[in-house]
Amino acid sequence: MSYFKKSPWIIHYDGSSCNGCDIEVLACLTPMYDVERFGIVNTGNPKHADIFVITGSVNEQNIEVVKNIYHQMPNPKVVVAVGICATSGGVFRECYNVMGGVDKVLPVDVYVPGCAARPEAIIDGIVKAIGILEKKRKEMDEKG
Amino acid sequence: MELLYGLIYLVAAPVAGGLLTGLDRKVSARMQGRVGPPLLQPFYDVMKHFQKEKVVVAKIQNVFVLGYLLFMAFTGALFFSGGDILLVIFAMTLSHVFLVLGAYSTNSPYSFIGAERELVQMMAFEPMVILAAAGMYLATGSFYVSDIAGTGKALALLLPGLLLGFLYVLAFKLRKSPFDISSSRHAHQEIVKGITTEFTGSTLGRVEIAEWYELVLMLGFVYLFFGWSPPLALVAVALAYFLELVVDNSFPRLKWPFAVKSSWVAALALGMTNVAVLWYFARGVV
Ligand code: SF4
Repeated sequence: MSYFKKSPWIIHYDGSSCNGCDIEVLACLTPMYDVERFGIVNTGNPKHADIFVITGSVNEQNIEVVKNIYHQMPNPKVVVAVGICATSGGVFRECYNVMGGVDKVLPVDVYVPGCAARPEAIIDGIVKAIGILEKKRKEMDEKG
Repeated sequence: MELLYGLIYLVAAPVAGGLLTGLDRKVSARMQGRVGPPLLQPFYDVMKHFQKEKVVVAKIQNVFVLGYLLFMAFTGALFFSGGDILLVIFAMTLSHVFLVLGAYSTNSPYSFIGAERELVQMMAFEPMVILAAAGMYLATGSFYVSDIAGTGKALALLLPGLLLGFLYVLAFKLRKSPFDISSSRHAHQEIVKGITTEFTGSTLGRVEIAEWYELVLMLGFVYLFFGWSPPLALVAVALAYFLELVVDNSFPRLKWPFAVKSSWVAALALGMTNVAVLWYFARGVV
């Protein structure tokens, strides 16, 4: 029996988002959507987190930060790119400092498109991510 | 018989503590107009922690955290088997020292700050609890939990100041707002995650289990004040816990200097006065 399905903890990092997607991520925690129903907790600590939610694109300044957070998370872990900026760079793609989507630096598992991504879409993405988390957990078990 | 209570505590306290924590999350969510997680959520969380990869900064931290868990269980067993209440208080302090050492040993600035704040919390909590023990001794003539619980006297009426003061500092121990300065519960965040920042996986799980033990122990303390009538005591314990939840959900976190000062003022004003009055009347009336 695996418990990741019942208690996925999230760390949310804002790359170079315009804050639109961040607001929508936080909206998931409000009484309207209340993701804590599913045991989802928005922790601020990468060492406690299972799911890494990134909004906004990766730029030259935060690339180290993003990598650092990812490497601090214990396995199994998944990365969810929320918003079109995190997916591909979006409208900021051509900026001189923007590197593009999160997948330029990290292995992204789930893409949640939208500008801004709707809370429903984000929750849907997280649920997909939980499935992948389970799969990774099984692989971890098989490896021992 | 009393030893049996201690053994029951060792087995049942994590279950009861986890359920109470689940209830706490549910009730807190309702207070915020949310549905909230399932009742068993704390158990799911802890089970998950044990399934995570073990990432350890310094190996010694696991030893310290295990020490925290074992001593907390031991403290509670001592309490519920009717042991010396002073010993209970100092054993509890020792277990917290283990937690603080564990956080120090990771060499991370975040858990360092958390550990310092945990020490501050202990400083705020301790005077009131020792006063409460002293008051119970004055009222019953014994430091033994079994004697205090078995006394026919209405301790809550003899020690109202101590009871109020104890409820005041209880928020420190339950890691509740406004006093959750070293580490906070649920989704609250506190300088990353305070004292537990560097604890991952099974280590974090052990910390949570120790906190369940502690929760039951703390409610046991409240019970003592009403020991003369068990049904009333259970109601009082439930009310006290509910009160903590209401306070938790209505007040923001305080700065640590104010938190400590206010707890000392509460201990001094409520506790000392109560003990002084009791001592004055101790010969004639009681
Ligand atoms: S996807 Fe749209 S809303 Fe989200 S960060 Fe980018 S520009 Fe802002």
